[in-house]
Amino acid sequence: MLRDITLGQYYQTDSVIHRLDPRVKLAATVLFIISLFVFDGIAGYVVAAVFLAIVIRLSRVPFRFMVKGMKAIIFLLLITVLFNLFLTPGEPLVSLWRLTITREGVRLAVFLAIRLCFLIIGSSVMTLTTTPNQLTDGMERLLRPLRRIRVPVHEVAMMMSIALRFIPILMEETDKIMKAQMARCADFESGNVIKKAKSLVPLLVPLFISAFRRANDLAMAMEARCYRGGDNRTKMKPLHYARRDYIAYAFVIGYLAAGIAAGRLLAVFL
Amino acid sequence: MGIIKVKDLIFEYIRRDEEGNVEGITKAVDDVSLDIKQGDFVSILGHNGSGKSTLAKHLNAILYPTEGTVWVDGKDTKEDAHLWEIRQTAGMVFQNPDNQIIGQVVEEDVGFGPENIGIPTDEIWERVEESLKAVGMYSFRKFSPNKLSGGQKQRVSIAGVIAMHPKCIVLDEPTAMLDPKGRKEVIRAVRALNDVEKITIILITHYMEEVIYSDRVYVMDKGQVMLQGTPREVFSQVERLKELRLDVPQVTLLAHELRQEGVALPEGILTKEEFREAFDRCVRERQETNC
Repeated sequence: MLRDITLGQYYQTDSVIHRLDPRVKLAATVLFIISLFVFDGIAGYVVAAVFLAIVIRLSRVPFRFMVKGMKAIIFLLLITVLFNLFLTPGEPLVSLWRLTITREGVRLAVFLAIRLCFLIIGSSVMTLTTTPNQLTDGMERLLRPLRRIRVPVHEVAMMMSIALRFIPILMEETDKIMKAQMARCADFESGNVIKKAKSLVPLLVPLFISAFRRANDLAMAMEARCYRGGDNRTKMKPLHYARRDYIAYAFVIGYLAAGIAAGRLLAVFL
Repeated sequence: MGIIKVKDLIFEYIRRDEEGNVEGITKAVDDVSLDIKQGDFVSILGHNGSGKSTLAKHLNAILYPTEGTVWVDGKDTKEDAHLWEIRQTAGMVFQNPDNQIIGQVVEEDVGFGPENIGIPTDEIWERVEESLKAVGMYSFRKFSPNKLSGGQKQRVSIAGVIAMHPKCIVLDEPTAMLDPKGRKEVIRAVRALNDVEKITIILITHYMEEVIYSDRVYVMDKGQVMLQGTPREVFSQVERLKELRLDVPQVTLLAHELRQEGVALPEGILTKEEFREAFDRCVRERQETNC
């Protein structure tokens, strides 16, 4: 049962977006998120919406998968919207008991909601179309300049990919330990939160011990296979920019320009 | 000098109590000498704690001798300058298949070793293909290792070692965590490597059935080599093996017991076929004498 959990939320199809270099997707996502906070006005958001719609269409991932990501933040979204709605000072629109809704409040709340929704959908598009492996690869390449200031970029990427590889194994192990303890009348389900948390301790101890043992074995196996860090290492699947990647970069820059221009134009006309 | 030569090897580790005080010194490997020829299939037998795994880790420069010397392909393992060459010459496969697979896709894991030793990308792909084919796992190249059975995972680990083009592979109880089917798969793959690719194999195990195909067997106990010879020579000493808390293959044991009951079977029968042949001959001889 635990074995079937897929990591990340990669959606397997073959689309232009799927085939893009992970570096392009990472950079585009970061730029998109920044743009959401730079654009200040309805025109920018319209452009962002159009951009997102085109990308989603191209990715051929069903829209409901993107919306799934929203469920997790629905509370956060509601709270921020409500706070902004009621607590922003300014010209009052409606007054209910002690709560006042102001014109500025409505504006801020709507913009924030749009920003958060777009942010979640935008990053979902990236995780849905990129395997965790490609993501770590892309990140390693993009952050490579940081090696100059002694950031261990290769090591961090290696750790991430090992973590990804071992999550299903450790989940299975948790399942086994839980069953072994349930067979000896351990109770993981009843009681309040504190009691439940306490009952997890005897589960975590053996899990940690086994994780350390595995780490030790793995380190030895890696050394036996001549692993010695990122220096002088070649890549089996090196990243190469293809034509479509340059087109994608151009498209993203076009989007940024359009968003800024739209904001200016609207300002001039109003 | 053979591909691997071990001379007067002693490995000690210090036992400590909970406060870190020295309780005593244990000799895990005690004065062992081996000489393994290129292309041989060698097995090292022993029950738990006999020092066989410790010995194995010396052959790949993971552990260094306390006393004595280990040469791999003529290079002393104590010299740091040779470290990576030695690890490339003598590949190592460990017991737990889950704890030695690094890649999230089978082909990526096989490519890990060649990446580490700086092989160009095109050649890595060639090596991955040939290694996976050599262990019969090529059709699984796009699979996640988590979806494979134990025997398949262990074959992937072996492919990962072959991809580095070693002259010799040390397998440290590669079948201990596998079911009988997985054990057969792995042993078949290992034998094929020895027969076809002429890679020297050092198989460390406590399963007797896996040993019968080897050219030479070493039996270890308490860190020392107690018996050595061809499988036939070693397995003729059933009583001695029992003293060392080791079993012999079932057929060998059956032949031994029958012999003690006065049936004229030869010592050191290793396979069912041999047994059948010898037994038939016995029966025939009896019939002839009776007539």
